[in-house]
Amino acid sequence: MTQPLASLRKSLACAYPATFCETIALGAPSLDRRLGGGILRAALHEAYAETAADAPAATGFALALARRAIAGEQKPLLWARQEALTAESGAPYPPGLADIGLDPAAVAFIRVRDAKEALQAGAEAGRCATVGATLIELFGEARAYDLTASRRLALAAAAAGGPIFVTRIAASPAPSAAASRWLVRAAPSRALAANAPGSAAFAIFLLRQRGGAAGQEQHAWRVEWNRDRGAFEDRTFDASSLSGPVASLPAGGTPGEGAPQRAGRKFG
Amino acid sequence: MTLADARARAPRLAVAQADPDADERLMLRLAAFCEQFTPLVALDPPCGLMLDATGCAHLFGGDAAMRTCILQAMARLSFTGRATVAGTPDSARALARFGQERVTPPGEDENFTRPLAIAALEAKKETSVALTRAGLTTLGDLADRSSAALTARFGAETMRRLTRILGREDARITPLRPLPDCMVERRFAEPFLDLSAIENVLRPLIAEAMGILERRGEGGRAFEARFFRTDGAVASLRFETGAPSRNVEALLRLFRLKADSLADPLDPGFGFDVIRFCVLNAETLAQGQIGFARQGAQEGDVADLVDRLAARFGRERVLRFAAHETHDPVRAASYVYAASPSQTNPWLKPELGEPPLRPLFLFDPPHPIDTMAETPDGPPMHFNWRRVRHMIARAEGPERIAPEWWRNAVGRDRRTRDYYRLEDREGHRFWVFREGLYESETAAPRWFLHGLFA
Repeated sequence: MTQPLASLRKSLACAYPATFCETIALGAPSLDRRLGGGILRAALHEAYAETAADAPAATGFALALARRAIAGEQKPLLWARQEALTAESGAPYPPGLADIGLDPAAVAFIRVRDAKEALQAGAEAGRCATVGATLIELFGEARAYDLTASRRLALAAAAAGGPIFVTRIAASPAPSAAASRWLVRAAPSRALAANAPGSAAFAIFLLRQRGGAAGQEQHAWRVEWNRDRGAFEDRTFDASSLSGPVASLPAGGTPGEGAPQRAGRKFG
Repeated sequence: MTLADARARAPRLAVAQADPDADERLMLRLAAFCEQFTPLVALDPPCGLMLDATGCAHLFGGDAAMRTCILQAMARLSFTGRATVAGTPDSARALARFGQERVTPPGEDENFTRPLAIAALEAKKETSVALTRAGLTTLGDLADRSSAALTARFGAETMRRLTRILGREDARITPLRPLPDCMVERRFAEPFLDLSAIENVLRPLIAEAMGILERRGEGGRAFEARFFRTDGAVASLRFETGAPSRNVEALLRLFRLKADSLADPLDPGFGFDVIRFCVLNAETLAQGQIGFARQGAQEGDVADLVDRLAARFGRERVLRFAAHETHDPVRAASYVYAASPSQTNPWLKPELGEPPLRPLFLFDPPHPIDTMAETPDGPPMHFNWRRVRHMIARAEGPERIAPEWWRNAVGRDRRTRDYYRLEDREGHRFWVFREGLYESETAAPRWFLHGLFA
């Protein structure tokens, strides 16, 4: 039984270039172990903001992932953002990008009118092998982002070898061709001296990972983005540093599929 | 004749209001149509077109043949016209309006224009009346007089017109569109109808233009494809590249993107007579070395991508960030077109161990918020933004940012801002400021939310 499987694996490994299973490690060993080394490089990944107020957190999480994807490469990040988001959460501020470790000079920013244009721009950039990472930000229940559109992005990422991140604000998780899907919420940071806010912290829930171990394992973390190391740090059980209860249940009910509920059972 | 008189004579007279704007629009369309004969076309108000045929006539088999060709094209559009070919624009105009239609042989302008009536001067009414009363009926009569006396009597403008009509002085026309740096075209014996094959026409055209540019050591920055329809309509598609380019396939791709993004798609109607490709703007581009230059090729790919995106979404939407040397957070960064020349200002590197001090997103303008603070000059305990109360768990500040007084226009009120980094109990991080120093600048400082941290 194992004989044909092994040969099949071997032939698959020949058929696909090495980049196909190359992963981007998040930098936190506990997470990477759970994810099987990290998230796939040549693939589509989604980050959902849990509530509209978590939009900066979702984008920050995706930008941090993109930062890890392009680390050490002279490749730019292409960022397509729906114009409606400017009213919602403001316009990207380059010094803030530098403050989370992205070089603003390595970012091309495209302001698009609607989701359709955002996806067009993202697909165009995603197909380009010289773009290190692509970030597409969508607002609301974008009908243009359906299974076909996400499949198109996934194929573009697979062909070009760079990751495509889609952040969705004010939308509930829906089926798509994404290799991983995350729900992101802002989390209290570790206080610095004199109770000053610390580094960006996120509560993240892994809603789906293609080919990942299903269900019963851990899929909710509280992570902190360490800009100086350019890596995430797992602070899930760092109770001393994170004040407040480690409540994983989404605050405003559970959007969508119910995976966060599983997350809630784990911790709640 | 009054309208009533005219109606009395011809009861079925169709009457329409004069519409000079519509007339001009029509003339502009005709001018665009005439660009298939020569790139230098100017309007000759009120109802004329001036074509500079220098160096173009031989393509049509000489002046007379070109004139016939243009008149035939006009006739196909149901326009009748009077056309003359002459040495200077003014003599051509005078001959077309007041003389015989014909082709003036080179250097014969004066002989042909001398018999024209004084009206050909198109001078003021009193001038023509005075000239006629003096017994001067033709331009020839006028030309024989001493010009000093005539200038003293009728003004320099009239005399300049005279010398120009006689061809003694030349004036250049001001073409509607500047001459492109390079121009190639295809003329079709039969109107070209098949849009799907349009790239088969464009590819060799672009390749030809690029060949010309290559010999000059140049690359194009701005391009235009023009489609002259049989029925007189002219469609034009412009696109630009961020860096000088001679890449035929990249240009074709830009063309395709531009054509796809058109609000009203390219319509051949009854077919295209002429398809033209112009390089509007060319810049020096050295011969690139093929091979080994892997890094260079990759940069080129990103530039291509920027061009493609700019062609589809417009230059104002494809951006990069530019740093400015100022402590004013709003002015510290701006958005510029992604392919605009590189900036020199570096981005400030964050200090090791510091948390993010600047927000990821900035609101412009800042949102006013209601706050409750323990002390007048302390951070807020909570604030209301978008009808949600945010209870502050952590705060840092103030970071005092004074306005740039050397920029303050007179009467513009800009006050010192005290910025705080705040974090609410849910973990959302905010950048807020209090405007105005308490007591010294304002009695009741207002609070604003300026940005959001990740």
